[in-house]
Order: sequence, then structure tokens, then C-alpha cells
Amino acid sequence: MDTQAKKEVNMDFQRSLFDGDLVCLAPIDPENDAEVEAGWTHNAEYLRMLGIEPARPLSAYQIKQKYENIEKKMEEHKNMFYFNIRKREDDRLVGFTKIFWVAWTHGSAFVQLGIGAPEDRGLGYGNEALQLLLRYAFEELNLFRLTALVPGCNQPAIGLFEKSGFKEEVRRRQALNRNCQRFDIIDFGLLVDEWRSREDQQLNPVV
Amino acid sequence: MNTNLFQGEHIRLVSEDPEVMAKAFSKWDRDSEYMRLLDSDPPILWSEKKIKQWIEKDMDGDQNSEFIFPVRTLDDDNLIGFVGLFEVSWNNGDAWIGIGLGERNYWGNGYGTDAMRVILRYAFQELNLYRVTLGVFEYNKRAMRSYKKAGFSIEGRIRGEVLRQGRRWDTFIMGILREEWLELERKRAPSRSDVYDNNTA
Repeated sequence: MDTQAKKEVNMDFQRSLFDGDLVCLAPIDPENDAEVEAGWTHNAEYLRMLGIEPARPLSAYQIKQKYENIEKKMEEHKNMFYFNIRKREDDRLVGFTKIFWVAWTHGSAFVQLGIGAPEDRGLGYGNEALQLLLRYAFEELNLFRLTALVPGCNQPAIGLFEKSGFKEEVRRRQALNRNCQRFDIIDFGLLVDEWRSREDQQLNPVV
Repeated sequence: MNTNLFQGEHIRLVSEDPEVMAKAFSKWDRDSEYMRLLDSDPPILWSEKKIKQWIEKDMDGDQNSEFIFPVRTLDDDNLIGFVGLFEVSWNNGDAWIGIGLGERNYWGNGYGTDAMRVILRYAFQELNLYRVTLGVFEYNKRAMRSYKKAGFSIEGRIRGEVLRQGRRWDTFIMGILREEWLELERKRAPSRSDVYDNNTA
């Protein structure tokens, strides 16, 4: 019955999980990164666009402590995957990205990404890092879905997630208070099938 | 200021010693239906001793970001569950609400809705929050009806977040703003003075 020989499929190791054209996903380098990341937090806009907690400038010492906590958590709980983003050209630190709160039973998790210095934004670093992270989430961790929580006032982040195929799923009305103004918090979601069909289209575009 | 903030029509919010709650949780946790309605984590049957240690640690910890109360019935003083606010975000005036009635004989009789009303009043008139948020699984229709009755509206659904019994279920996110709650209370009790303008500033 089985006349057709089974076609042999090989793992594609050519495409690196961690390296893009412009940037790469890299481990934390506590000694050298802490000073740079601390610098980002001294511009209030960075932390205010990233999350919902009160922004405050942080010292290199505090960032080092944060790094220690992250590595401890990654080791103990195995539900977070944290990367620093570096420019490939000169290995310079430009941001971070992570997959976190992984619920393994359900294949559901959250993502976050930040490009630290204003002059490094809008150059495609975040977009490329996010594409690498998505492939890691869906092809290596085999997750089913990802959620990104975005402040309604962060237009670049909204644009980035929409461009990558995320759909708006929840709008928590007026959940964020910044500058005495109320903004929504948006939950963006991306399912593995949605990501896969976009990938297929990019690899084999239908003309 | 003459209403007892902790008391509703059917229930009251109380405080219990760790051993009382450990005993109750340990009993409720063995009801897998209750546990699967409550949380997406796989239920684990912990020892009473372990649960008691967590409760004690909780009581010693940060008292400013969590407000969780055991719930007792008014008519027979039965301990039937808990309700609470957690992850309070003070700078935004937002918090998550969680509720669980471990005593299933009290399901579907308005005890949960009453407990929800009492915790909302606590959230808006004692903690002075601006809004509160909750998550509920698509398969928990009873809870969703109760939350709507208490004034929550659906703000969206997280598609297929939970995988159970071979299929994917959405998590609904629901929210209520202080203004919406005040409007509702004015309709429910037009004679009440504490929900009028002097309190909304």
C-alpha cells in the first residue's frame, strides 16, 4: 500500500534562533549592561511607556540586582525567557525582550519588549527582535498564544504589535493614569496559527 | 457613614485565624469543579500545614497591595468562601478582584453577587479606587451572570488562553469604573446619601 517513500525532512539549522540582520538576542552581561540600562531609566519616558508602575530613575546597582533576580527566577521557575537586545554591528546594548508568565499546561504566555535610548527607536531594532522572539516562542517553546499589554498612549508599541499580526483582544478602559489623564490598557494577542500563516506567506508569497 | 462597610444583605466580610482558613481551603480545594472554575493552574492538593504556612506568611507580608476577606453568611454564620482585591495599583487606582465560594450548597442563591457588591463598595468607598478588573473563564457562565448583575461589563476576551478537556476556552476580562458603580447604587437605593456628588470628587 505504502508505495510513496516517506520524504525525509531535515531540521533547518541554517536560520539562527538568536541572530537577525540588525540585532541579536543575547544573554545579560551584568558588568557592562547595568550602566547602560540604568541610563535609560533616567529619561522618564522609557519606563512610563513600558508599564503601569510609577517610573523612577534606577542606579547601575539596582539594575544589577534586577539581573540577578531575573536569572534566579529563570533558573528556579522555568517560566521566563529573558534576552538583552544587541546591535550586531558593534555588540552595543539597545534593549531587552522577554517571554514571561508561561503557563505550560495551556501554552499561554506574555511578551514585553523595550528599546532603551530614544535615538535607537524607529530604526527597526524592536521589530526585528520581536520577530526573533516570536519564532522562539512558537517554534522552540511550542506555545499556543502570546499576550502583550500595551499602554493606550504608546502609539509606536501599538504599531509594532499590529504590524506583527497581534490582534486587539481587550481594552481595559481608563486603567492607566498618566499626567492626570486616563488611558486604556490594551491586551494584544497572537495565536500560533496566525503567526504560522504569516510566516508561510513571507517565505512563499502568493503572487 | 452609618452603614457597616463589611456587611451585605446575605453575607459579611470577616477575618479568621490561619488554622480556620487552612482547614476550609484544604476542604474546598478537593472540589475539582470549584478549583477549575477558580483558576487555570492545575489544582494541587496541598497539606493543611502548608496552606497554613502560606496564610501566615501572607498575614506578615505587605498589607497594602492585597485585601482578602473570608466570607460568612448572616443567617447561619457559615464560612462559605472568600473575596478580595489583589495587585492593587495605587498610582492608577486599579485592582483585580477574586472571589470563590468553596461551599457549593450556597451557589446560585445570590451569596456571590452580594459578596461582590460588598467588595465593590469597599474598593470604591474605602480604598477610593477608580476601577476594578476581573478575569473569568468562558465556561463559568454562572459567575459571568453574577458579575454582570454586580455591574461589570465585558472589556474583551483573551482567545483560547485555557486548554481544558481537549478544547480551548477564552478568558473574559471584565471591568467596572467608579462612575458606573455610583450610577448603579443610586438606582438601587435612591435614598442613600453616600453615593451622591459629595463623595464623587
